[in-house]
Amino acid sequence: MDFELSEEQRLLKESVAGQLTDAYDFEQRKKYMKEKGGWSKAIWSMFAEQGLLGLPFAEIDGGFGAGAVESLIVMESMGRALVLEPYLPTVVIGGGFLRHGASAAQKAAHIPLIIEGRKTFAFAQLEKSSRYDLNDVTTSAKKNGDGWIIDGEKFVVINGENADALIVTARNTGAQRDRSGIGAFLVPANARGISKRTYPTQDGLHAADITFTGVEVGSDAVIGDPENGLPVIERVVDDARTALCAEAVGVMNESLKITIEYMKTRKQFGVPIGSFQSLQHRAADMFVALEQARSMSIFASMAADFDDASERAKAVAAAKVQIGRSGKFIGQQTIQLHGGIGMTMEAKVGHYFKRLTMIESTFGDAGYHLRRVSENDALV
Amino acid sequence: MNFAFTKEEQAFREEVRQFLRDNAPPGMRRKMVEGRHIPKEELVTWWRILNKKGWGVSHWPKEYGGTGWTPVQEYILREELQMHPAPTPLAFGVNMVGPVIYTFGNKAQQKYYLPRIANVDDWWCQGFSEPGAGSDLASLKTKAERQGSKWIINGQKTWTTLAQYADMIFCLCRTDPTAKKQSGISFMLIDMKSKGITVRPIQTIDGGHEINEVFFDDVEVPIENLVGEVNKGWDYAKFLLGNERTGIARVGVSKERIRRIKELASKIEACGRPLIQDPTFREKLVTCEIELKALELTQLRVVAGESKHGRDKANPASSMLKIKGSEIQQTTTELLLEVIGPFAMPYDEHPDSSHRAMDWTMQIAPSYFNNRKVSIYGGSDEIQRNIITKAVLGL
Repeated sequence: MDFELSEEQRLLKESVAGQLTDAYDFEQRKKYMKEKGGWSKAIWSMFAEQGLLGLPFAEIDGGFGAGAVESLIVMESMGRALVLEPYLPTVVIGGGFLRHGASAAQKAAHIPLIIEGRKTFAFAQLEKSSRYDLNDVTTSAKKNGDGWIIDGEKFVVINGENADALIVTARNTGAQRDRSGIGAFLVPANARGISKRTYPTQDGLHAADITFTGVEVGSDAVIGDPENGLPVIERVVDDARTALCAEAVGVMNESLKITIEYMKTRKQFGVPIGSFQSLQHRAADMFVALEQARSMSIFASMAADFDDASERAKAVAAAKVQIGRSGKFIGQQTIQLHGGIGMTMEAKVGHYFKRLTMIESTFGDAGYHLRRVSENDALV
Repeated sequence: MNFAFTKEEQAFREEVRQFLRDNAPPGMRRKMVEGRHIPKEELVTWWRILNKKGWGVSHWPKEYGGTGWTPVQEYILREELQMHPAPTPLAFGVNMVGPVIYTFGNKAQQKYYLPRIANVDDWWCQGFSEPGAGSDLASLKTKAERQGSKWIINGQKTWTTLAQYADMIFCLCRTDPTAKKQSGISFMLIDMKSKGITVRPIQTIDGGHEINEVFFDDVEVPIENLVGEVNKGWDYAKFLLGNERTGIARVGVSKERIRRIKELASKIEACGRPLIQDPTFREKLVTCEIELKALELTQLRVVAGESKHGRDKANPASSMLKIKGSEIQQTTTELLLEVIGPFAMPYDEHPDSSHRAMDWTMQIAPSYFNNRKVSIYGGSDEIQRNIITKAVLGL
């Protein structure tokens, strides 16, 4: 048993953190947010040069064959810096579909472009009534000769504005909530029949609502089994949840740090507010909540290697519950402890709070995952 | 990074389980499961079995009878004891005064007391708290005055757990009334049979008798019973209080209690179906289980860190483990209370009496009441937050 990073992992952590410290302060972040699609091409190229975009891919595909811990390190660092670039939709989700479900030809066509920073992805999954259920799909994929025709509407597609490729979940047989009959399709973002409405999200990312009207794709668009794609979708989304847990720990860690610094410097009644016991104890509880969340984030990362899919899903769900609970508490209290200044756009802490809040609403909130764990057998 | 136990550790866990199956008296186990009183003789017999195996003081240095185990092995032993369940060694001797004696005591004290602690030849109790010195422990007033070759002790200790069984008490006494409060305290080892000691029971809200008041009225203590240096007792007390880490969260106890909650909630009907199928109840249970899983991992992070780097004397992580561990222990007793519903009500005025056929539900409400103590003793949750505030957050 060992919870420490290896020498290489430590170096990775230092190098990512170092780069982000230089390139990602609060003012720079505001500039990146104003670029097209809400993130910086220069930063993305920097990630590519650092090798971050190739981390999880197998060496045979041109990547570094890194594992769950490396992903945890990168996501945590990105959380600390509130990174806007589409690492999650491109490397974790797009890359996840390619790694877990794609053919050799699909891998060869897309992975090198991801690694070089020349292609980003977006995951078109959410529908008007699906909420967090991955099996709730009405977007249809109908057979069309060798290929398929996709029709439907997808919402809040993160990086939907800039993405070069979309991964679309679509149903070819069965009823709206059937577990079978769902496939994942790789669709070029400029395919004919796609229309987008783009907008920023609460936490400063950019998203799109995307309508697919008779979008024709070839047979090479299907990732894995078109009729039984749900296990791969669930697998990839579990990876994404795990990555979000790590990102959230980074966000919580940094926002607690900022808050403690503020408590040391902000004076009222002639003394730093950090000298008041009611506030000290709140901060101590936030620390405990952070460490509990960190433990479960590690747990989820380790679960990526579990052989049993239901055990993996349960571990990830449990982690998302803890992250949700800790995140809500820490986020709300960072604002409270800052007082009025915490309410302003100009203070950094509010942006951390907003990101935490949106992470809670991504791929299942604490209530949703609590029910999932509860429906399964117990954890302990 | 890897949180799997090694093959050797897994084999060790199996060895511990097998030993417990073969050697822990089944009657004692049943009493533990049902939260019933275990008589002193039964406890001592069990701890001697454990000591004979060499596991009574496993975490002590080898030269004093310890095993040289890694913190992970110690963690496994403790967890398996808690989950079996079987009583863990008497903390006052094994985890508190023992380490103080082998760290700060003289050779004669080590030679005499340590084997007796290991074999429970002496039952130890703790003389720290006083009526006027709770969280503000250093304000204690019990005084020790030097008179020739003796110390004369006068004062009162309170909340003294199982003093009614004790042969010895370790006491913090004020030896310099003029010094600043922390710097005039000494650490004494006192024979409970000394003339002038009176033990008075305190009944707690669960109806039980665990704790006592201990009065000292001109009690004579030989000078060789002082540990370390005079007026340095506060340092030894801080060492003692910061020492207990691997077990402080009592993860195994909560795991065992959750097992019991599930067992009972599967049998007990509510609204025409087993309570365990009630979504509201289930969500509370699962929330608690997730918190417990997180705590277990937090604890393992601490234990693994200690295995790798040795023990940092003042690891503030123990405060975090204490806070969360207390919360979860209390939640599990609360859930157990909820499971039995209205059958929590009957009260047996003499729960220790053996002539009654005790119903297993009888101890559940008392256990709930009794467990309110865990967030108060050993440094209350609020004191733990003060420690985190200073030692971790630097406020």
